[in-house]
Amino acid sequence: MRMMTPAADTLSLEKVAIRLDGRALIDISASVAPGEVLTVMGPSGSGKSTLLHALAGSLAPVFKLSGSVYLGDADVLALPAETRRMGLLFQDPLLFPHLSVCGNVMIAIPRAVSKARGERQDLAETALTAIGLEGYGPRDPATLSGGQAARVALQRTLLSGPRALLLDEPFSKLDAALRQEMRTLVFDHARARNLPVILVTHDPADAEAAGGEVFVLT
Amino acid sequence: MPAWLRLAPGATIALLIVPVAAGLIAALLPAFGYFPPLGGVAFSLDPLRDVLAAPGIERSIGLAALVGLLSPLVALALTFVLLACVWDTKGLSAVRRMVAPLLSVPHAAAAVGLAFLIAPSGFLFRLISPDITGWERPPDLLIVNDLWGLSMMAGLVAKEMPFLLLMALAALPALDGSRRRMVMASMGYGRGTGFFIAVAPQLYRLIRLPVFAVIAYASSVADVAIVLGPTTPAPLSVRILEWASDPVLSTRFTAAAAALIQMTLTLSLLGLWMLGEKLVAQLWMRFTTSGIRSGGGKFPRAVGLTVSLLPMLAIAFGLALLIIWSFAGRWRFPDTLPAGWGLRAWEQLGGGAMELATTSLVVALVPTIIAAVMIIGCLEVEHATGRTGGNRSLLILYVPLLVPQVTFLFGLQFLGVVLRVDGLMASVMFAHLVFILPYMFLSLADPYRRFDRRILQVAAGLGMGFWRRLFQVRLPMMIGPILTTLAMGIAVSIGQYLPTLLIGAGRVPTLTTEAVALSAGGDRRALAVAATLQALLPFVAFWIALAVPSFLARRRRGMQIR
Repeated sequence: MRMMTPAADTLSLEKVAIRLDGRALIDISASVAPGEVLTVMGPSGSGKSTLLHALAGSLAPVFKLSGSVYLGDADVLALPAETRRMGLLFQDPLLFPHLSVCGNVMIAIPRAVSKARGERQDLAETALTAIGLEGYGPRDPATLSGGQAARVALQRTLLSGPRALLLDEPFSKLDAALRQEMRTLVFDHARARNLPVILVTHDPADAEAAGGEVFVLT
Repeated sequence: MPAWLRLAPGATIALLIVPVAAGLIAALLPAFGYFPPLGGVAFSLDPLRDVLAAPGIERSIGLAALVGLLSPLVALALTFVLLACVWDTKGLSAVRRMVAPLLSVPHAAAAVGLAFLIAPSGFLFRLISPDITGWERPPDLLIVNDLWGLSMMAGLVAKEMPFLLLMALAALPALDGSRRRMVMASMGYGRGTGFFIAVAPQLYRLIRLPVFAVIAYASSVADVAIVLGPTTPAPLSVRILEWASDPVLSTRFTAAAAALIQMTLTLSLLGLWMLGEKLVAQLWMRFTTSGIRSGGGKFPRAVGLTVSLLPMLAIAFGLALLIIWSFAGRWRFPDTLPAGWGLRAWEQLGGGAMELATTSLVVALVPTIIAAVMIIGCLEVEHATGRTGGNRSLLILYVPLLVPQVTFLFGLQFLGVVLRVDGLMASVMFAHLVFILPYMFLSLADPYRRFDRRILQVAAGLGMGFWRRLFQVRLPMMIGPILTTLAMGIAVSIGQYLPTLLIGAGRVPTLTTEAVALSAGGDRRALAVAATLQALLPFVAFWIALAVPSFLARRRRGMQIR
């Protein structure tokens, strides 16, 4: 199995400011080294998710964005969403409901990794086995448990070869035991792949588990 | 998103407005005698004088006004009564399920079915003859084609109700029914009164444009008028058609003047309606603040349900009669059912019917697909820019539905003759495109806007570009709403009579034009076959639109309609 070359870029936000109707929502400068986690905390409505949308390239047009974002040398804000290679995880797994579990994973594998259908399927099955879901490939994603779906979502994101991870309260809908397990899984993977991570949350326990710098919005 | 896609909203707006404007101008000029291609080189009022001198013209205009005001009024009242009976109950979802199949029935087929039901030789009289009435022959009563257009209005009410219901059902969730019901109940108001006080005013505001469209339609409808309406004299629209198809070309100036009168009439009716709105609003306030709490109870509810469901039941019965007639052998008057059955009518129309059905389907499918592409383009641009266009774009969408069809289509026919594109199938498809676009847009816009943005963000994060996000994620996930929208396009197209007749110059015969033409003749079986087929095509389209997604949902539970 060929792996994507581990990314080792720093994600730096320089004077990133988001305005809505002239009102400043967010004003942040930060640098997230490979394998590090920046936690952005704030109450709901503080615009913390909006920051992730801006970084991912899907900011709603009503918002005005200024400043610059670099991933290594790449000027992220100049790129369309699909070439930024920002892996996104939300509180819902958001698996594609019209595809099988395996299809959900296959759709993420870059063509650069493999073009052959059979090989892509093998890669996906192997990835499912790695998260304890051997043989789940043909199943309907709606039949997975919350924890299983969360793991598929993570694996799908990782297989797409992201250069950074953006997490939008990804653990808030899981029950307590599962939450701890997923935190460990996500952060371990991010560290192993040297990915800079931005985590948005309102749960201090998330910040603690992430163990990095914390930026508090008001 | 590719740059050329950003042209979609502009192209769509142009498609909605330009043909209507061009058609109006091309109808306006000859109405005042000016149209060089037909020898009219000087402005004059002669065409208008000719129209006003035509025998029975006051009555034709009066009928159009009467039908144009009364049938929308009754349809709206019954729609509200039905909703007052079922809002915030399980009955609401039953009504929801009923609406799409009823909406899919073309006007002409519904009108023919109704005629089979209520005519003196129709099913209702057969049921009670000769036992109750003693009649051995059909009574000499003018029920269908009656002088006051009552059966025509009944047909229109029955066909407009499902449309108003559909629009109302789409608007209802925004009004938070359950909580309002609780608040009204806590103050001692029953379900019915509660609806009219707490929900109806806002609901009306939300479906005002559809109501206006119904007024414009009813005041200028042709196919229902030909099948069910008075004949001597006929409503204005039918007389315009007669003048427009007169072989003596100079009569076209008369038709143009009549089309102008039609336009004026429809606009006046809309104005009158808006005055009526003010009056009703006043009465409403009095009633609302009076504290009267009647209108609950089982009996009024039963009456309300019966009365409001009656028109739609009539359509369903009429459809059954179409099928029975198409297979009927000998069927003499007082017999309730045919004495024998046979395929003769189907065989007689045989290949001809297949040809008509094929033409209808092709004329429906091509513009439906074009419209779908344009609409998805518009909605994608909207998604990317966040600009919905608001009320103004909604109004633009309604332009082809608010201007009387017969007026601007008549003008377009004129243009078609000048440009030598009249009578071409492509021209008919173009005309259909203008009319199906609004309905399809209204059908697809809401589900498209409600789509979970985060799914597309995840897809982009996985490296999927615009087209892959569209074709591998969004469209497959929206298979239900998309198929419903396509079915809507097919149904509306198959129902179009005037565009097919006028733009096709009679040279593009479809099931619709055939059914309307046969309704004047004596061959009930041939008529039944044509009308059955006309009703069948949209029905199958809607059936596919329901069956395919539910089949897919069996394997993918996450695809169930949310």
